[in-house]
Amino acid sequence: MLTTALIVLPVAGALLVAALPLTRVGSAGLAFLVALLEVGLWVVAAARFDFDAGGLQLGTTREWVESLGISYAVGFYGFSLWLAGAAVIVFAAAIGYALWAGRDRPRAYHALMLFLTGAVVATFAAQDVLLFYVAFEAMLIPLYVLVGVWGGERRLAATLTFVVYTMAGSLLMLAAVVAFGVTQGTFSLAGSGTSDNTWIFLGFAVAFAIKAPLFPFHGWLPLAYRQAPVEVAAVLSAIVSKTAIYGFLRIALPKFPEPADELSVAILLLAGAGLVYGSLLAFRAPDLRGIVAYSSLAQMGLITLGVFAVDDLGLDGAVLQSVNHALVSASLFLLVGMVERRCGTGDLAALGGMARGRPVLATVLLVAGMIALAVPGSTTFAGEFLIMAGVYGQGWGYAAIVAVGIVLAAMYTLRLISAVLHVRPGPAVREEALDLRPGELALVLPLVVCLLGLSAWPALVSQSSFPGDDPVRALAEELG
Amino acid sequence: MIPTPKVDWLALSPTLALLGASGVALLAAVLVPEWMRKAVAAGTALAGFVLAALLAGVVFDRSPDSQALLSESMTRDRLAALAQVILALVGAAVVLLSWEERRRGSHAEYYALLAAAGAGMVFFVGAGNLMTLFLGLEWFSLSLYVLVAIDTERADSLEAGLKYVIVGGFGSAVLLFGSALVYGATGALGFAQIAAAGAEGDALLLAGLAMILAGLAFKVSAAPFHMWTPDVYQGAPTSLTAFMSAATKTAAMVVTLRVLVTAFPADSDLWTVALGVLAAASLAWGNLGALAQRDVKRLLAYSSISHAGFLLIAVAAASERGGEALLYYLVPYSAMSVGAFAVVAARERELTRPVTLDSLAGLGWERPFYGVALWVFMLGMAGFPLTGGLFGKLFAFSAAYDAGDAWLVLVGVAATLVSLAYYLNVVRWLYMRPGPELRAAPVAGGAPPRDPALAVAVGAALAVTVGSFVLAQPLLDLASAAAASLPF
Repeated sequence: MLTTALIVLPVAGALLVAALPLTRVGSAGLAFLVALLEVGLWVVAAARFDFDAGGLQLGTTREWVESLGISYAVGFYGFSLWLAGAAVIVFAAAIGYALWAGRDRPRAYHALMLFLTGAVVATFAAQDVLLFYVAFEAMLIPLYVLVGVWGGERRLAATLTFVVYTMAGSLLMLAAVVAFGVTQGTFSLAGSGTSDNTWIFLGFAVAFAIKAPLFPFHGWLPLAYRQAPVEVAAVLSAIVSKTAIYGFLRIALPKFPEPADELSVAILLLAGAGLVYGSLLAFRAPDLRGIVAYSSLAQMGLITLGVFAVDDLGLDGAVLQSVNHALVSASLFLLVGMVERRCGTGDLAALGGMARGRPVLATVLLVAGMIALAVPGSTTFAGEFLIMAGVYGQGWGYAAIVAVGIVLAAMYTLRLISAVLHVRPGPAVREEALDLRPGELALVLPLVVCLLGLSAWPALVSQSSFPGDDPVRALAEELG
Repeated sequence: MIPTPKVDWLALSPTLALLGASGVALLAAVLVPEWMRKAVAAGTALAGFVLAALLAGVVFDRSPDSQALLSESMTRDRLAALAQVILALVGAAVVLLSWEERRRGSHAEYYALLAAAGAGMVFFVGAGNLMTLFLGLEWFSLSLYVLVAIDTERADSLEAGLKYVIVGGFGSAVLLFGSALVYGATGALGFAQIAAAGAEGDALLLAGLAMILAGLAFKVSAAPFHMWTPDVYQGAPTSLTAFMSAATKTAAMVVTLRVLVTAFPADSDLWTVALGVLAAASLAWGNLGALAQRDVKRLLAYSSISHAGFLLIAVAAASERGGEALLYYLVPYSAMSVGAFAVVAARERELTRPVTLDSLAGLGWERPFYGVALWVFMLGMAGFPLTGGLFGKLFAFSAAYDAGDAWLVLVGVAATLVSLAYYLNVVRWLYMRPGPELRAAPVAGGAPPRDPALAVAVGAALAVTVGSFVLAQPLLDLASAAAASLPF
């Protein structure tokens, strides 16, 4: 029931926000309130979750289309609970940012954001392939409009590329879902066995690779992340990308062990290439959003390396790093939005010297940046180290790629920090541009505090993601 | 004394209800004073459609087994009854959305012919031999020919009517010729007797089968027999286009399924291939054609051609599962189709000119209810979740996959991808055009014309579109009860 409530609450909130004729602040405030309630509900769910016990928890199963074996089956495993937690927190921050920034047509905007929250949580909770497809697609409906209506100058091109890319993947996935469900006789993830059909596996894998995105399926990424409203870009890179990781962990790996094993070298190589290529692009990007966007591409490659290492350490690391990246990427995007609002541009050439007289901005950006570049002692360091250790089992070359990625991450993150905070003040930085306001701080600080908390205790996530803290066995036996 | 045949009045009652409504409305055209003529005629037609739906529901409930009626010329079964319910409800919605249509006189004639067309379709889906099949087809087609051309002051409407008569007449002639060939080969007219004649593989029979298939393909507007569709859909009064896109397709699809499965089961290895080819051609032609359209009615016409393809995928499976998928899909498809044309009609009445994509600009913000509704219908036609369109495609694809037609699944998936381009384009026009383009679009200003009847029809279509997703199983149960009345 609790899981269903987590899905229904934001959707009901969306209908309420859309229906009530409130003022601009009123509807945005109501949406923010719903998002905070959702966080509260997740905390209740996490408190009731028994991390020591194995198996699916907080589950609800109801027959939906019996004749085809489709059911409304939802519930959480450790890793999906953590991903959902990161999602609700990031959504609360993003909706809070929209409240603060004041979006046009607030009723429609906030209704769509809340609807998106519900769809994302449903994706993380889905325990039926068709329900997963439904939720995965449902995310696209609000995103198409959110980018297309409230985006930047080239929003129409951005939203069209994004939707065409994702739908190409999704429809392949639909064919795969049909083939999987019909051959298994059921669409339920718990009730179906494994399959050794490489084509069906590819249908799923390509859809996830586009959504993540993984190199070379990232063509939609630069335009979408640059043109979307900044909090939507935050949600895209932080949360929507993680639905692909959930898909890999819940469907592609456990349901297709043999095809996944056969193709793992190719996927690992592509993920490694994405890690290095994304990092290099981030290092060369001329604007703030470009850096964060391409660093997302790199990080998704890194996480995929951890997933397809199919090793206890790698899988734990992949989940931890997914949560880390969600929080880091959301904080950075929101900070980028705050800088852009002050300077009217995200061009690195026009920025600089903002640290002087703006201590709060400098401190928060520096802390978030330090965590992003995986300084030893941070939770991202723990995640990347676990992935590196995990992927070492597949070959030392992969571990070397991860190491290169970590070094490059330091390079592009420091470039971002120094371009905003240090050097001489850029032409777009006006003397009177304010420091972070308390309201802005209240949005970013919780994300950073979560990161600092995880830095103190990364095992909170990494050791409780899979039943019995035994990921490989769990994938083969419980999820398969 | 001449023996009188036993007549199953209940099975014929939906047809009779509509025929009665048609007659009363026609009398109203002459006898009722002008000021209340439209109200009386529309009310009678609405009552006729609702009564027909209720009676068909009763027939559905009381016909667990299939029965042949009137010397096996008609069939009483759940397939016919379910199709009749869909047809009658579509008709009722169309009466609602016709109410405010601007028309110089001839209101009562319009509703009388609409009820007559409905009666013909309701009769057609229960046909049990080739004679009644042709009779039903001509019955509703003749009504539609006049209806398409009823707005005599509009050249478009007349042109569409003429095209429809010529092409439709040709289609009917082909079907009739095919029926004659089949009769020649088997000496039988009844579907069951044709199957029992054991003439499978006979050249004459196959030629007849091909011609019957072509004749029906004209009516479902499957490529390459679709040429009339865009012109007729564009020229006909918009509320009538809604009726044709939903009801004609439903009736013709159900009859196609029935004829092929009951009369030609032995040749199923041939006609499944033929239907697969027709489906693929419709998907390709419909979707590619829709990409180039600026006029929304034409765009929806091409979309209906592509939907003929999706529905034919289900028929081509030639299995009970395929029949279920077809009957399920017809429900959300009819709702989406009627709803989409209804929103177009609302915009058309507001602007008093044909609706092109640019005249949709900003509709989503100006008229939030119609905007959201059209958005949902477009997503539904594209097979997005939260609408019955997803399950329609899913059931059709799984029936095809089950029947070993994996290639049709891939064609369907590719077609869906192409279709996104124009469905999402409509959404783009609704919500996302930048400032200058919005200003270029005529802003009607002030309150939109009040049209509660149309809003009710749109609301009902919206409810069915979303409801068929949530309550997929109950609806699928009805569909499978209907499909079970055919001898698969």
